[in-house]
Amino acid sequence: MGSPIECVNLRKTYDGKVEAVRGLSLRIDAGECFGLLGPNGAGKTTTIEILEGLLAPTSGEVHIFGHTWDDNPRQLREWIGISLQETRLSEKLNVRETIELFASFYNEPSSTADILEELQLTEKSDAWVGKLSGGQKQRLAVATALVGNPRILFLDEPTTGLDPQSRRQLWDIVRAFQKKGGTVLLTTHYMDEAERLCDRLAIVDHGVIIAEGTPSDLIDRLGGHHVVEFQVNNSANNNGNDSDSLDRWRSLPSVESVRREDSSVCLSVREPHLTIPALLDVIANDGHRLEHLSTRQASLEDVFVKLTGRHLRED
Amino acid sequence: MATTETNAPQLEANKNRQPQPILPARRNGRWSGYRHLLWARILELKREPEVVFWVFVFPLLLAAGLGIAFRNKPADITSVVVIDGAGAQKTLAMLQNSAARSTVRAIILDRDAALKAFHFGKFDLAIESNPDRSYTYYYDPARPESVLSRAEIDAALQSAAGRKDAVTTSARASSEPGSRYIDFLIPGLLGMNLMNSGMWGVGFALVEMRQRKLLKRFIATPMRRSDFLLALTSSRLVLMVIEVGLLLGFGVLVFHMRVQGSILSVILLGSVGAVAFGGVGLLTACRAQKIETVSGLINVVMMPMWIFSGVFFSYQRFPAITIPFIKALPLTALNDALRATILEGASLGSQSGRLLVLAVWGGVSFILALRWLRWT
Repeated sequence: MGSPIECVNLRKTYDGKVEAVRGLSLRIDAGECFGLLGPNGAGKTTTIEILEGLLAPTSGEVHIFGHTWDDNPRQLREWIGISLQETRLSEKLNVRETIELFASFYNEPSSTADILEELQLTEKSDAWVGKLSGGQKQRLAVATALVGNPRILFLDEPTTGLDPQSRRQLWDIVRAFQKKGGTVLLTTHYMDEAERLCDRLAIVDHGVIIAEGTPSDLIDRLGGHHVVEFQVNNSANNNGNDSDSLDRWRSLPSVESVRREDSSVCLSVREPHLTIPALLDVIANDGHRLEHLSTRQASLEDVFVKLTGRHLRED
Repeated sequence: MATTETNAPQLEANKNRQPQPILPARRNGRWSGYRHLLWARILELKREPEVVFWVFVFPLLLAAGLGIAFRNKPADITSVVVIDGAGAQKTLAMLQNSAARSTVRAIILDRDAALKAFHFGKFDLAIESNPDRSYTYYYDPARPESVLSRAEIDAALQSAAGRKDAVTTSARASSEPGSRYIDFLIPGLLGMNLMNSGMWGVGFALVEMRQRKLLKRFIATPMRRSDFLLALTSSRLVLMVIEVGLLLGFGVLVFHMRVQGSILSVILLGSVGAVAFGGVGLLTACRAQKIETVSGLINVVMMPMWIFSGVFFSYQRFPAITIPFIKALPLTALNDALRATILEGASLGSQSGRLLVLAVWGGVSFILALRWLRWT
């Protein structure tokens, strides 16, 4: 049996014009939680829907456990569970009826009671779907994906718009599925979700993968370990020779990269204890006053900004 | 971070759990999906108060309203006015002593008032007795009751004046249920209701599910697409039995209507009609992305049939050249078959032509809908 999900050189062009996916290749291993991280409009949903067999690619190949979607779509559907980005389930059915409806489509589904318990929906089993909170609705959506006993779980933006507690509940559900041997592919534009939940990530922008690896590897490789952010009082004077001053900061010890963010300067730094004293010396020698200084662990956000010059969430 | 800490105990609990083997808890048969889809649809309909009103209550209200408005009068009384003049009193006396006295209501008014009241339709006929002992009738040839009244009054006056009948005739009153307007109306309403609820129940529901991305979610499972469409269409059958029962029961109880044909035939006709209009509904809604679009389309499809298919009045009133086209409409076929069965007791076999019309509409629509249906 091939790897759970594999695709080669996927392309998708809408109406012969808009290129949503432009040559994307992936291979996801069994038992892995893989994340597609990228801003809105990066092509994540198009990619995941092609992999789910809901959308035909313009070109490229998809293999699910070594099968293509043309081989035996019904069998593939037995093996996968899907939560779409936006599905409004029937509001006038209750939670149990909804799960049983979805269970009835599969050859060998889980018992409804187990799924209710696993997704912490037992108390709500008689409530109409229309009366559920956002988090409960999302858990129900995942319940309908899990009830068929899938080997792969596809989740498109599973926690968008949810409160922090509901997001953590969903993360726990995904981890529990993984623990039972399941493979997960999810899309997200939340870097914290990608960082905590995913074993491996692909950062997607404009329909292509711009970086791939484990979260810590990506951060190490591209973000530096730490970020030193500071602001000096003469930033107005620097407008004319911005690149000059950025070059000066880059030459400080242990600095890997520099970028300007509004009126602050961000340094990606390997060892802050070497950088910071030198930085303070330079500022003092120039006769400037330090207005702000902070250090933090580098994040996937820094990786994304480094790669694209933009933030994940521009809103 | 705080989030990690609150997470920790739960994570520990998960770690302590033994990895569970993925074992099936149950096995589903071939028709499990279809049965659940059908049941879910029925539950949804039952929980939607609007559906209960429009499908069940509204047709009854319509039948009650129209049945009362067009009820047959207990006896056909003709009201006439005699124009005041020299012979007016004598004319009135002749009418009141004639054989027709039980069905004639006559009064005397002066000329202006009499003619004015006649023109406003208060009287069916105005009678003027002339000085030469002849009579002039004022009647309106466009009003059937006026034409009838003229003949009736003329006969009454002629015989009162001494005309002898050439032959002896007798008449027996016969106003059986079966020939009244309400008898014509109920099968027509039944047909129209099956069309309305078929088109809306299937077409509207389909587009709504498409808009909610529920169709897409369904086809992301191993669900058979034909099961889904079959469940949507056949959910109509369940409702159909209730619709037919309610409307016919209402007709029988309230208007003492008589169902001449077998109830089973009526149910079978209703099933074919419901499924046929379900198919037409599917086709109407197979591409539409928005509720607004499909609402317009459904009305466009139904409008000609409301007018031409003989729901409220007979389509024989339309020019003869249009009749073959009218008869090819599915609602015409359904209404004609229902009337023949309910009112005349026709057998199902004798309705095979009309059943064929329905089957062709339903079948062709269903096949085209399956081919063109947009699931996402």
